[in-house]
Amino acid sequence: MSAIARLSRTNGRAGMPSAESGIQGRGPVGKAFGYAAMVLVLLIIAVPLFWIVVTSFKRQENIYVRPAEYLPIPFHPENYSEVTSRIPFSAYFRNSVIITFFTASIKIVLGVLSAYALSLLRFPGRNLLFVVILAALMVPNQITVISNFALVAQLGWRNTFQGIIIPLCGTAFGTFLMRNQFLSLPHEIIEAARMDGAGPLKLLWRVVMPLSWPTLVAFSLITVVNEWNEYLWPFLMSDDARTAPLQVGLTFLQNNDGVTNWGPVMAGTVLTILPVLLLFLVLQRQMIKGLTSGAVKS
Amino acid sequence: MATVLFDEATRHYPKTPTPAVDKVTLEIPDGEFLVLVGPSGCGKSTTLRMLAGLEPIDGGRILIDGHDQAGVRPRDRDIAMVFQSYALYPNMSAFENMAFALRNAKVAKPEVEQRVREAAKILELEDLLTKKPGQMSGGQRQRVAMGRAIVRQPKVFCMDEPLSNLDAKLRVSTRSQIAQLQRRLGVTTVYVTHDQVEAMTMGHRVAVLKDGRLQQVDTPANLYDRPVNTFVASFIGSPAITMTRSAVREGEVTVHGLPVALDRATLSTASGDVVVGFRPEAWEVVGAGRPGIDVRVELVESLGSEAFVHGEPERVVDDATVALGSERITFKVIGKTDLDVGDTVRVAPIAQHAHVFDAESGARLS
Ligand SMILES: Nc1ncnc2c1ncn2[C@@H]1O[C@H](COP(=O)(O)OP(=O)(O)OP(=O)(O)O)[C@@H](O)[C@H]1O
Ligand SMILES: [Mg+2]
Repeated sequence: MSAIARLSRTNGRAGMPSAESGIQGRGPVGKAFGYAAMVLVLLIIAVPLFWIVVTSFKRQENIYVRPAEYLPIPFHPENYSEVTSRIPFSAYFRNSVIITFFTASIKIVLGVLSAYALSLLRFPGRNLLFVVILAALMVPNQITVISNFALVAQLGWRNTFQGIIIPLCGTAFGTFLMRNQFLSLPHEIIEAARMDGAGPLKLLWRVVMPLSWPTLVAFSLITVVNEWNEYLWPFLMSDDARTAPLQVGLTFLQNNDGVTNWGPVMAGTVLTILPVLLLFLVLQRQMIKGLTSGAVKS
Repeated sequence: MATVLFDEATRHYPKTPTPAVDKVTLEIPDGEFLVLVGPSGCGKSTTLRMLAGLEPIDGGRILIDGHDQAGVRPRDRDIAMVFQSYALYPNMSAFENMAFALRNAKVAKPEVEQRVREAAKILELEDLLTKKPGQMSGGQRQRVAMGRAIVRQPKVFCMDEPLSNLDAKLRVSTRSQIAQLQRRLGVTTVYVTHDQVEAMTMGHRVAVLKDGRLQQVDTPANLYDRPVNTFVASFIGSPAITMTRSAVREGEVTVHGLPVALDRATLSTASGDVVVGFRPEAWEVVGAGRPGIDVRVELVESLGSEAFVHGEPERVVDDATVALGSERITFKVIGKTDLDVGDTVRVAPIAQHAHVFDAESGARLS
């Protein structure tokens, strides 16, 4: 959610004003509406998050009470140790990292290379191919999941990493996003590089990619978050700690005893959110940096 | 070192009614500085891009050193281009920008270093080599763009309005620098501009383009003295030539009511009406008693040593005279002038300086 909001701001160079300047540029009524909308969005995102964190520190008997308790008193951090003792948390974590790393890497490489071919290399039928790729990958996951499952099971790939990773690697979003980015580059720079004797890969690596850094970071971040949060397919593909990621592991936590103790589940959820959050904080400055400045006269 | 030949080269962009470059035939000898001028949208950039291989050719041929360039990729043509927007690589320092092409060509490291340093010295860029384009001024970027072209020691330079984004003062100094540099390096150069002064001062020859068609290629002096048609006459020269359409009667034309005797041989080739043009210096101010045209002064551009006076001729009721476009007369006065806006002054054209064109075709008669 916020990743996408941020993304649209990085691309906002083309004319979309950023949230702040947009609000400042309007009259008092517009401003009031702007802030109201911001507060609303904040609440929609923040309240559930707050509730997750608070619950993760509550004892079980403090969770289902009326009136609701907004602070975890008594403080009960034992939920966190319970997560790691009741399920093989570190194994799930490792699986998540492996799956996310490979799926995201493949997606990013495929997205960049296909976008490059579809925007800067000339070949007949280029636009048609682009439409076909988009159309094929616009088909919702849920429709293809059954046939994918049948195929992968037939290959004997259940409970294997390749069974989880490979079917997740198609990307239309990345192709689309990076293609638009590449097309928005000043074409004279690309022509200059071509005249300077840069071959296709050198052109991509030394000229096109450095100019597209913010978009690439945004795309990578969204991809990593999406892969990290991927649930349905890994859930179908794996049912034990050898290959299942954290998201699937959390469900095992939930079903282990008759009445779910939400404290440890929420603690697990918080632990699952943390790595992505950290990544976000580290990378967000990279996305905002405009790297095209000075390339061409404005 | 190379010769360039455009042989009826044509570029017709898809979904446009007329070709952007229409059968241009142009021979550029080795080492020449050729300036390409014309109004906006006349196809200058397209012509240059065709030569560089960035634009396909829909008809005719382009030859470099006698070799047809059809199917030769831009990187294999050995042409260096200076873009209007400079198109520097923003992620690279000035040094890397200049070295990029050499490294791609696998030139040995010490030689890359040496060639870049040499170019930097010529262009006075030595202090900037570690800076990135974002940290440079417009003039500095322009020089880096030039440097990137000259380190390659290419067969041909293509420059597309490289000075248009500089301020007036910098433009004047850079103009002569580029011209000198070209003379020194002796590299065949095609230089696009729509600036009069650049066209008249920088090149060995000037090619005038209009609507994708080549109008005239000649030395700046010949272009000014013997324009082949009314378009070239009015495009070249600043302030512009004053032109009037007139009927021909017994060796005379009528300019704003004033009969002017012209060369009979010239006039005899006219099929109908003619267009007569006089440059600003082809007018003289005459006393009130002598035949002339009374002009009400509208604008005086005084340059100190000389002045250009723009004015509207007082109405003359004469069917034979129709002014072309604006009915203004522009004439030059040597030295200081005490003419002021609103004054009336009597001027007369000097007949032997007349440019005479056919009114229908616009072609020069003589
Ligand atoms: N990619 C294109 N597709 C279609 N038409 C084009 C394209 N590029 C240029 N044209 C048209 O071709 C004609 C010539 O364009 P060109 O850019 O060569 O003009 P120019 O002489 O360089 O003008 P300027 O002085 O404004 O730079 C113009 O009418 C323009 O509209
Ligand atoms: Mg142009």
